Amino acid sequence: LAHGGGGRAMRDLVESVFTAAFEPPGMEDQARLTSAALAEPGARLAFTTDSFVVTPVEFPGGDIGKLAVCGTVNDLAVGGARPLWLSAAFIIEEGCEVALLRRIAATMRAEADRAGVRIVTGDTKVVQRGAADRVYVTTSGVGVIPPGREMAAGNVRPGDVALVNGVLGDHGAAILAARGDLALSTDLQSDCASLDRLIEATLAAAPGLRCARDATRGGIASALNEIAEASALSIELDETALPLRPEVKGMCEILGLDPLYLANEGTLVAFVPEDQADAALAAMRALPEGAGAVAIGRAQAGEPGRVTMRTAFGGRRIVDMLVGEQLPRIC
Amino acid sequence: MESRRIRVRGQVQGVGFRPFVWQLARRHGVSGEVLNDPEGVLILAAGPALDAFEAALRAEAPPLARVDAIESAPHGFAAPPEGFRIAPSRGAGAETRVAPDAATCPACLAEIRSPGRRQGYAFANCTHCGPRFTILRALPYDRAKTTMAAFPMCPACRAEYEDPADRRFHAQPIACPDCGPRLTLEVEGRPLPGDPIAETARLLREGRIVAIKALGGFHLACDAANPAALRTLRERKRRPAKPFALMGPLETIRRHAHVSEAEAELLMDPAAPVVLLSTLGDGLAPLPAAVAPGMSSLGWMLPATPLHHLLLDAFGGPLVMTSGNLSGEPQAIGDAEARETLGAIADAFLLHDREIARRLDDGVERMTALGPMTLRRARGRAPGTLPLPPGFEGTPQVLACGGQLKSAICLTKNGQALLSHHLGDLDDALTWDEFRRADADMAALFDHRPAAIGCDLHPDFRASRHAAARAEAAALPLLPIQHHHAHLAACLGENAHPLEGAPVAGIVLDGLGLGDDGTVWGGELLLGDYRGFERAAHLRPAPLPGGDGAQREPWRNLLVRLDQAGMEGAADEMLSAHPLALLRQAAARGVNAPLSSSAGRLFDAFASALELVEGAQSYEGEAAMRLEALALRAPAEAARPYPFGRIDDQIDPAPMFEAWLGDRETGASPAAMAMRFHAGLARAFATPARALVESGRACAVALTGGCFQNALLLELTAAALEGLPLMVHRAVPANDGGLAFGQALVAAARALGGGAESG
Ligand SMILES: [Fe+3]
Ligand SMILES: [Mg+2]
Ligand SMILES: [Zn+2]
Ligand SMILES: [Zn+2]
Repeated sequence: LAHGGGGRAMRDLVESVFTAAFEPPGMEDQARLTSAALAEPGARLAFTTDSFVVTPVEFPGGDIGKLAVCGTVNDLAVGGARPLWLSAAFIIEEGCEVALLRRIAATMRAEADRAGVRIVTGDTKVVQRGAADRVYVTTSGVGVIPPGREMAAGNVRPGDVALVNGVLGDHGAAILAARGDLALSTDLQSDCASLDRLIEATLAAAPGLRCARDATRGGIASALNEIAEASALSIELDETALPLRPEVKGMCEILGLDPLYLANEGTLVAFVPEDQADAALAAMRALPEGAGAVAIGRAQAGEPGRVTMRTAFGGRRIVDMLVGEQLPRIC
Repeated sequence: MESRRIRVRGQVQGVGFRPFVWQLARRHGVSGEVLNDPEGVLILAAGPALDAFEAALRAEAPPLARVDAIESAPHGFAAPPEGFRIAPSRGAGAETRVAPDAATCPACLAEIRSPGRRQGYAFANCTHCGPRFTILRALPYDRAKTTMAAFPMCPACRAEYEDPADRRFHAQPIACPDCGPRLTLEVEGRPLPGDPIAETARLLREGRIVAIKALGGFHLACDAANPAALRTLRERKRRPAKPFALMGPLETIRRHAHVSEAEAELLMDPAAPVVLLSTLGDGLAPLPAAVAPGMSSLGWMLPATPLHHLLLDAFGGPLVMTSGNLSGEPQAIGDAEARETLGAIADAFLLHDREIARRLDDGVERMTALGPMTLRRARGRAPGTLPLPPGFEGTPQVLACGGQLKSAICLTKNGQALLSHHLGDLDDALTWDEFRRADADMAALFDHRPAAIGCDLHPDFRASRHAAARAEAAALPLLPIQHHHAHLAACLGENAHPLEGAPVAGIVLDGLGLGDDGTVWGGELLLGDYRGFERAAHLRPAPLPGGDGAQREPWRNLLVRLDQAGMEGAADEMLSAHPLALLRQAAARGVNAPLSSSAGRLFDAFASALELVEGAQSYEGEAAMRLEALALRAPAEAARPYPFGRIDDQIDPAPMFEAWLGDRETGASPAAMAMRFHAGLARAFATPARALVESGRACAVALTGGCFQNALLLELTAAALEGLPLMVHRAVPANDGGLAFGQALVAAARALGGGAESG
């Protein structure tokens, strides 16, 4: 691919790769959408945006396109919104193979169909070699929050139970392995998945669902810290309850990584009132993306914003928000 | 007849100094008055022989007092004083001092062992001994503000308390069986009938584990000579190898360890620290290896309270006395907390009804050829003050927040530094609570209002974040200070090096600290003073594969050092059980493998070379401690230093590993190899340090950093620097427990103006 300032070559590219993939209804510079979904009194619009940068662009369990759809769908879904429309913008490095772009567009379409959203507008830019790493994707999403639905990180109350829908850290570990510069032979797959269906199912079974957060960059630790902060209470995890694949655990031990900080792309943490925890777990487990759902801890009155983990030895360690790169601290 | 105004500075409040002056005045026919004020003790005296009176103030000062200075000037009384009186304290901020806890004095010990109203009483004390800081709730230090407030004095105690001639005059924790705290022995939640001490001794003889409520927290005790009891304690506490502290009377200790004159004195210090004592040599009765696996020394302390004296009298042998906590957590201090956390470990609880107000671990100290050394500054030493060095007189009040793993904070005020007791690992939730409590508490106790806050350069030390938050909240300047510069400053400060003194060569052999070039430092020769430093030389950096994981598993450090030395084959052979390929790639690509010049990790690497720790260390410092213990078994003639290389300003351990491999092939003893390593490292840093002094760029050499807890390394380095002015640590830990003191000095130096830190 060698496309400079816009012109015909660019229009061909957009049409042959992206417009083709995202039809119907076709991607236009500007989408004109019905506001019917908003007509219901009390319904609210949800709007989010996210950029995706990942090396490698294709990895076991997905590619950057799938990530870009799931990521934005999940951003909407954890806020209680039903995702409706997405935009997609691409920054492409000169020389990037068109076949790769076609594959990415195809996975985006497939994932959008699965999640019931439409990709309705977008943009494409090509930058010179070295100014980007093959391709970057930005998606924005619009969804509608049905009337009366109030999910927010600040809603958690003491006694609420923290649930996750499956194992932690698979995405981060799979990406690390897929980079190929480490001698890791593994079957690990990214957990990349849309979680809108899971959240709807959980809400149906546990209407008291206080909040959900997808544990992306910064891992489950960062998601929990945000919730503890927003709710002004403490969260205590049980180390022995954390669902970890032995492979991920082993890789973390060798490389000195903490699985609590590994990125996930299809894993969320949800807080539910204690008496609805079993129902929520059952609803999650009924879906493939929630098959590994477990309770990992609970919220408690205590120092606002503090996340701790009760260790296998009985002590309590503080689980901090990750600040920048982790540098060794042991003297 | 002459009149003088005599000012006494030092630790002179709350230690019976005023009644002492009162008695002295009567003896010397002096009239006038004595009182406490913010600067210490003030005496207005008239008498015929004031020189003798002044000399006696210093010479005969009470056991817990420390007289730093006596200043006297002529004084004119308005009217000639009649008699001598103890006057009320004067001035805001007076009575802001409290002494550390002190071990039972000989008079009280004799009293509990003789017929009389305090015979067999576990809480006897007087002005010269007993609890202080651990029972203090607020200042001024009066009974009503201690946990003794719950025990109204009986008339007999009241009479002693009010009699200036009695050794219990104003002894705030004064008590007797009629009015003071009482013991209970609890088994399965119920008090056991009978004498609690005799019953506790019986349980211990039966091999049981008893949680004992002591001064600054709970201990877990068991029979130190009973291997089954030791095994049970290790299993229940999940502490496979970390040495246990022991308690016994001096004659018992002498049966099991060498005790020099100086060591005996340290054991008998009122602070009653745990003292590391050698077990090498003939004629000693060994204790089971499970007490301290792989060590050639044991940590011993003398009984520090009447309770412990009575218990040892009844038990008749040495006891393990380890802190009553879960691994990594601070000691329990409340009864309920202890029952909860120690319930699965202890078979019984020896409790009493006096609350512990402040959590203080046992202090740990050792004697070296260069004097005493503090490994853990704790009960008996806190809250002692340290004088600031010359030039710091006008220092504003500064708070310094210390390190991460052996945290402690430091305040400066009125020319003194107040370095807190050891607080512990700040990633532990309870320790973190304790740290913040200590900060708030010390600020309130000592009426401290900092004008600046110092902290480590590492932004992710919890202490640094705390410092940043406090600085922001109070709009104070925050001064991040390079880790090893703070270590150097702590050593300078403890040695009274003046603010405007010449630069000093600091050999800083340490674990890890963030350098100002963004890499991780720890094996450094710095040239500097309080204000700044330059990095004169350092260990050749190697990756830390696995970040903090490299600290837990010593073999990782051996791998990278052997690879760096071009000895991949030796690594393949020795470390075949480990995932070498993966870690080599992680190291090469910088996947969680930051570069570090840490000397601590080099110790780990060499301990791994000698196969002293197989997988992960079971406690921090295990590998290095085993390496020192092993080296001490080497014959003296084995001390031929291994060679280290020099690449520009880098000290390269590669030649050392090559020489070691040669030794290994010729079947040299591991002890000799361990010794050669110590001697080699000492020489590798002593040589360039000596050059700095001999070229006139430095005026002395300071030895600091956590590796200098290793007495052998300290002594070998000092020997390699013979003839040069040397500064070593004594009261301030060489490890991160002393960091806050150094940070406070650097912060104060910067606040006083002058050059900024350079790199
Ligand atoms: Fe250090
Ligand atoms: Mg987002
Ligand atoms: Zn006494
Ligand atoms: Zn009494």
